[in-house]
Amino acid sequence: MLDPSASNGTPRIGFYICHCGTNIAGTVDVKAVAEYIGTLNGVVVSREYKYMCSDPGQELIQQDIKEQKLDRIVVASCSPLLHEHTFRTATEKAGLNPFFFQMVNIRENVSWVHTDPVAATEKAKDLARAAVRRVFLHKPLAPKKVPINPAVLVVGGGIAGIHAALTLANAGKHVYLVEREPTIGGHMAMFDKTFPTLDCAACILTPKMSAVKSHPNITLWTYSEVSALEGFVGNYKVQVKRKPRYIKEDLCVGCMECVTACIFKDARFPDEFNVGLSKRKPVYIPFPQATPQVVLFDPETCLQLKKGKCKQTCIEACDRECIDFTQTEEFKDIEVGTIILATGFKPFDPSKTPYYGYGTYPNVYTALEVERLVNASGPTGGEVVLRDGSHPKAVGIIHCVGSRDEKTNRWCSRVCCMYSLKLAHLLKEHTGAEVYNFYIDMRTPGKGYEEFYDKLLKEGVHFIRGRVAEVTDWAMDAKEEGKLIVRVEDTLIGTVRRVPLDMVVLSQGLEPRADAQDVRRLFNISCATEGFFLERHPKLAPVNTFTDGVFIAGACQGPRDIPDTVAQAGAAAAEALALIDAGHIELEPNTAFILEEDCSGCKSCVPLCPYKAISFLEDKKKAYINEALCKGCGTCVAACPSGSIVQNLFEDDQIFSEIDGLLSELAVSGGGRL
Amino acid sequence: MTYRYFPGCSLKSSGRSYEESLLAVFRALEVPVQELDDWNCCGATAYMSVDEVEAFALAARNLALAEQGGNGQAPQLMAPCSACYLVLLKTQKYLAQHSDLDQKVRAGLTAVNLRYDGRVQVRHPLDILVNDIGLDRIKKRVKAPLAGMKVACYYGCQIVRPFATFDTAYNPTTMDKLVAALGATPVAWPLKTRCCGGTLTGTIPEVGLRLNRILLGEAKRRGADTLITVCPLCQFNLECYQDAIQRELNANVSLPIVYLTQLMGQAFGLSDTELGLQRLFVPAARPAVQEGGKAAHA
Repeated sequence: MLDPSASNGTPRIGFYICHCGTNIAGTVDVKAVAEYIGTLNGVVVSREYKYMCSDPGQELIQQDIKEQKLDRIVVASCSPLLHEHTFRTATEKAGLNPFFFQMVNIRENVSWVHTDPVAATEKAKDLARAAVRRVFLHKPLAPKKVPINPAVLVVGGGIAGIHAALTLANAGKHVYLVEREPTIGGHMAMFDKTFPTLDCAACILTPKMSAVKSHPNITLWTYSEVSALEGFVGNYKVQVKRKPRYIKEDLCVGCMECVTACIFKDARFPDEFNVGLSKRKPVYIPFPQATPQVVLFDPETCLQLKKGKCKQTCIEACDRECIDFTQTEEFKDIEVGTIILATGFKPFDPSKTPYYGYGTYPNVYTALEVERLVNASGPTGGEVVLRDGSHPKAVGIIHCVGSRDEKTNRWCSRVCCMYSLKLAHLLKEHTGAEVYNFYIDMRTPGKGYEEFYDKLLKEGVHFIRGRVAEVTDWAMDAKEEGKLIVRVEDTLIGTVRRVPLDMVVLSQGLEPRADAQDVRRLFNISCATEGFFLERHPKLAPVNTFTDGVFIAGACQGPRDIPDTVAQAGAAAAEALALIDAGHIELEPNTAFILEEDCSGCKSCVPLCPYKAISFLEDKKKAYINEALCKGCGTCVAACPSGSIVQNLFEDDQIFSEIDGLLSELAVSGGGRL
Repeated sequence: MTYRYFPGCSLKSSGRSYEESLLAVFRALEVPVQELDDWNCCGATAYMSVDEVEAFALAARNLALAEQGGNGQAPQLMAPCSACYLVLLKTQKYLAQHSDLDQKVRAGLTAVNLRYDGRVQVRHPLDILVNDIGLDRIKKRVKAPLAGMKVACYYGCQIVRPFATFDTAYNPTTMDKLVAALGATPVAWPLKTRCCGGTLTGTIPEVGLRLNRILLGEAKRRGADTLITVCPLCQFNLECYQDAIQRELNANVSLPIVYLTQLMGQAFGLSDTELGLQRLFVPAARPAVQEGGKAAHA
């Protein structure tokens, strides 16, 4: 039944079964499996060993290859994800092609999931026999190498993108930093202080923002978005859409003369940076430290842009002649080798929790609004003046709004407990008010975080444990008149309480950005069920994605605070550097290729490829697979009506032989075990 | 289209004025309504806790009756009482989701030569008025606009929870829009769906009275001239315990409590007796006399 021609004569197979301590040997009779496989045609050596992945285990294989002249190796142990590479390398070191090796997973697929030792042992035998049958049809393969473009694209100019860009630029790599908003800085630029050290967010962020602007290795494109992407790891082609600012960016020095001269004497449009708490003009700079220091015109509110009719007093005021109302979208084409996505998060929209009164009661605020309200450069200069003009004497902070909640988002947003404590401290400091925190659990794991909570307790901030039922304004008695009432079950004293307050702060959770799915598709990565970008492995590859060369950092992967975001951004930069400095990419050879003489040019395969690896050669009327892009998923192989696509390591005869091996004994015994 | 009408027991007894005004308003709007023949008690919320299967069977019998006839269209079953409305919706949902329950109820119905296939649409009159008939048609029928009247719209706990079929659960607005169409001013208040205590006024009066006091007190504090409801039990609780609240809790909460359809009837210029207004313990609020010395309520 064996085909000796496949290995130039009689195959000489070595089989090794691993105990994995008791992980495998505790359920599978490894000795019996080894003895059985030893009787199979072509198997020269069959051994069991306590830990095949250990150095002595690997040496055992190498020694046998040399002494017994083995030409095929099968190891039955754990998942190929863990040790396929280990054993391929061991095989190669002994002089064999590493693809003359086949791995059988009898741990995750057998010993860990079965309890009956007899049946488990039989299943291990079946799987091992299938691998033996397959392995001697293996052909020698060589990993392909492609050069890598050292330039990096960083998408998103919040603290994550800024940190990753600077790290890479400092390492001498060219970075294209693309930011959607008119300025970099992200959410961090909007914060007042940062927990737990209470250093001012702007003071630690703005030096990094100017460093980005002035760095010779960074091309900064704000008010821009990635509009198209093609290519593969090491060789991505990126198209960036630059939205018109109606200002010549290289000429404008941010003198703001045009802003002063604008036909609108008063600012009257909601200021995005202050979350609508103040007004701006149609021509504006988002905030004093905005980077770049360049004004922009808002086409929705500028009279000239909206109606084509305005005195254009701004143009008269600009002696550098920067204003250009004829600007249109501009597209830039760049080439990079790696990509870091740092697109951040969206704060939970509290109108989805109408029982907390946001939008109904003016003195209910979001946490982000309060960040601006307590900020010295904010809309009130840091004075906490409420929307009705009053100063609060009692403030309540409601935790977990849009977090840990079956009705909205189930996840913990991780940062809200700490920022709520920070806001409690700042509000107390600014107003002297009584401050109440309504929390479910206090979650303060982090360096200096629990100590910060302790400090707040000593400052006399009140803590009431319970999920708030509603914020309302119906009064039970005179002292509640005109107040906001928080109704909450205080679960520590076991009673329902009504707490009258002047101001309520909703600690909104963190959500994926509204267009996370579009971005996911554009960059060909995955999202987890809740919509945050999915990492390749939650513990061991937290900044990698399933697309090689595309990395993620910061809150686009899940809610996280600034220290974790910066650490992750650094890690993403290091992963990119590791690829770049290797100089080339080594590609798995299990790719598919077209047998041109058989291809009918039907194009069935072209749209099926999830990696856009298949193109159609118009001159030859044949399909073509870019092996650098192919991930070896096999979709096209299965779909090709003329059977003219072959996949390395998964050729038809290899797979059929494996199936034969799996079923041969079953056929004899009547297939009873299945 | 003719709406099939399931009155339930309240509308034939303590809530007679609800039936009178409801039918009068639909007549005035020229929308045909036909009472379901041989209907039975819906079981309300109480029977569910006595015997769930029997309670579902009881409600399902009414659904089966409503499904009879009808030429291919989904029969529209109007249930004005909040408890009936909720129980009928709940029965539909449970029968659709739990096949074991469905089989038992089906067997019971078969024994009396009935069957129910889940085609009936259970509708609340508020839903029909606003979404089928429409505010424009209602506005056109208004003869005596309720200008100047401030109205607290009280939805109660059952018509938008847990099944928010035609409005939102936390801040419903359908009734407010309808009241505005009558020329009155709906009062903004946060207690639209807060519990009136249901049967607690009878069983644990100190709790029941307190809940009603909250509703009445807040409606008054917001300047409401009247509070309107769509549930016979809410109407009963809020109207009939005002004296007890005054006595026990020392709170003046006197406020007219009328059905939505009574208020509509007033705006349509219907007579007091057509609307059952003479049955009220607290006399209904009257719209202010309009300019020209003519009473708006003709």
